[in-house]
Amino acid sequence: MNQPRRLSHDAGIFLVLLTLVVLFEAVGWGIRGTSFLFNAQRLLVMVLQVSIIGLLAIGVTQVILTGGIDLSSGSVVALSAMIAASLAQTANARAVFASLVDLPVVIPITAGLITGALAGFVNGRLIALTGIPPFIATLGMMVTARGLARYYTRGQPISMLSEAYTRIGEGALPVAMFIITAIVFHVLLRQTRYGKYTYAIGANPQAARVSGIRVDRHLVVVYTVAGLLSGLGGVMTSARAASGQAGMGMSYELDAIAASVIGGTSLSGGIGRISGTVIGTVILGVITSGFTFIGFDAYIQDIVKGAVIVLAVVADRYRHRGAHP
Amino acid sequence: MDYLVEADQVSRTFPGVLALDSVSMKVRPGSVHALMGENGAGKSTLVRMIAGFDRPDSGRVVLRGRVAMIHQELHLMPPMTVAENIWLGREPLTRLGFIDHRALARRTAELLEELGIAIDPEQRVGDLTIAGRQMVEIARAVSYEADVLIMDEPTSTLSEREVDLLFRIVADLRSREKAIIYITHRMSEIFRIADEVTTLRDGRVVDFSPADHLDRDRLIALMVGRELTQMFPKGNTPTERVVLSVKHLAVEGAFADVSFDVRAGEILGVAGLVGSKRTEVAETLFGLRRASSGDVCIDGRPVDISSPAVAIDLGMAFLTEDRKLSGLLLPLNVQENMEIAVLDDRFVAMGFVNAEKLGASCRDMAGSLRVKTPSLSEPVQTLSGGNQQKVLVGRWLLTSPRILILDEPTRGIDVGAKAEIHRLISNLAADGAAVVMISSEMPEILGMSDRVMVMREGRVAGFLEGPGANQVDLMRLASQ
Repeated sequence: MNQPRRLSHDAGIFLVLLTLVVLFEAVGWGIRGTSFLFNAQRLLVMVLQVSIIGLLAIGVTQVILTGGIDLSSGSVVALSAMIAASLAQTANARAVFASLVDLPVVIPITAGLITGALAGFVNGRLIALTGIPPFIATLGMMVTARGLARYYTRGQPISMLSEAYTRIGEGALPVAMFIITAIVFHVLLRQTRYGKYTYAIGANPQAARVSGIRVDRHLVVVYTVAGLLSGLGGVMTSARAASGQAGMGMSYELDAIAASVIGGTSLSGGIGRISGTVIGTVILGVITSGFTFIGFDAYIQDIVKGAVIVLAVVADRYRHRGAHP
Repeated sequence: MDYLVEADQVSRTFPGVLALDSVSMKVRPGSVHALMGENGAGKSTLVRMIAGFDRPDSGRVVLRGRVAMIHQELHLMPPMTVAENIWLGREPLTRLGFIDHRALARRTAELLEELGIAIDPEQRVGDLTIAGRQMVEIARAVSYEADVLIMDEPTSTLSEREVDLLFRIVADLRSREKAIIYITHRMSEIFRIADEVTTLRDGRVVDFSPADHLDRDRLIALMVGRELTQMFPKGNTPTERVVLSVKHLAVEGAFADVSFDVRAGEILGVAGLVGSKRTEVAETLFGLRRASSGDVCIDGRPVDISSPAVAIDLGMAFLTEDRKLSGLLLPLNVQENMEIAVLDDRFVAMGFVNAEKLGASCRDMAGSLRVKTPSLSEPVQTLSGGNQQKVLVGRWLLTSPRILILDEPTRGIDVGAKAEIHRLISNLAADGAAVVMISSEMPEILGMSDRVMVMREGRVAGFLEGPGANQVDLMRLASQ
């Protein structure tokens, strides 16, 4: 976390972002005769598309900082969306709790958040107690949570959500939520004991333990917080779509990991920043909306996205050569 | 005569140390050539040159025949079978290029039987005992039909019966005109099987003799015959107040019946050869291992140290032996490395770190330790070994410890930094800390300690007290 180097690193990926934008801008004027960037509608849609991914990316960034990984975030989005939506239905349309009256909006929101946090807690406890690799523990949760989301209504979507609930997904609210979360976690990771322990565990778990950090306990908290953010993602997703569907958040976990890694988070732990993750998230958004804008085949987006991820990690390798023995 | 191994004026430097200084050694066929010396005398470096794992900076090694080495650390693949491990990379193949499992099993069975090792070739190595694995290592080395076999501490994990078997194998190899280079800390073994003995001290050959011209006392004198010229700063005086008291501490499979007291203002040195389990004792005291029995008291009160966090709360600090493995947070900067053990109420309120206060404390500490770094935000990996060590010392001093456990506090750092760390340790003791210092450097142990506890193979072999303590007594206690 050397200041000058980190700055130059953030500047590095910012340059990548800028290059992409300029590229699309130039192609935009060339092909379509309009601006790519200077279009409020497009900008909003672009960030909206990735703000849920961004929430998950922030969660997974702190997990990766500890040297772990979270593959379950996308599935947890679905499960939380289903639980929250089932409690947000208007009384006459209830699929799950038919006897309930209309509930205050705070209940489905809280339920969604708790669902996410619980899933994360299980991840963390599994890893801390059994010592299995985070990859395996969260892979299990990924499959299980998706299964639970489907089982909950036997695959039926949940619709007819109360207006109070759908309102929280309206307009730019998800974007605001992403930005606020980013700021909160930036502060959390840089200025609190929580953050310092997170970096230390990722840098060298053995040394962290010797230094008096209760590593297992801290990991449980980190995974729980990541789950909480996935739960928030689920609430936002279902509110915006005005329904809960078991297929929501499909493969979001990979986009979230990609955003984090593009943003400079090192998969070996101890290196990375929220600011980088935010830029990484926006880069993913720009790639998606940029290719749509210039009318490229949607499949090409994935090809480019894949290449960007790999290139980011290759660059990371060079930058941090020797950081880990 | 044709020697199988001739090392001629071999020198090798590692950063900051001259590990081998013009070492010459000749090994006859049909002989067991023992290599003796303290920890760090250069034995392992020398045999690594002979085995071809490392090259000398100057001088040369001439080999007539093939060399195989049995490693101190085991180099086996636990999930694979005994047979697969022995012939790894040299498996017999069928005509189609697949592994010929039948030939593999037959050859292994023959080899093990010839050596008298009763292990099933089909057993997974991971299911064997440590001694069993060691026997597989030996079988593998023999299977190369090498002319020179290097054994680096082969008996440290073996039971009496297996040692007898090993010595029968060694005698058999000798009768077949092979040469065995044998490193051990157990002096009694030298007189059982060695024909010739080369003794190293500080990277130099100090003696070469037929084994029957030597005895225990002579060997000890050769190994330690160094002059204690270095001056050590000693400003501390032990008080009468016992701070840390350890009674009959044991960890199954590691050490047993370890008892000692450390007083305020005292530096207790802990000496012992590799494998004497000194580090394990320290780790247990600090809550990194669970004691299977025994009592620990701090200020006369019994304590249960279940984790390092508890140990730190009790005022303990533990500078570990391996900076990279369990000390440094390599990707992080100097301050982040220093502050990590002290994020308690003094510097943290409601979870938020008081960056100003913490920064000031770290700066003061770095200043008083004279850490050479452009700034505290410099990545710790860019610092020299000595400065990294000072950062770690600073990490612990920030916690204001009353009990300081130091494991090889000056390993791998330059002379200047060494002297500074010695002065620091002495100052800490003078300020009333109880210091436990593990060290393999005899001058350091004897020069810094008020008392020395000598360990041997997981037991306390004895204590040396007062200014009369000398290297010969220490070595006598440390070796059998």
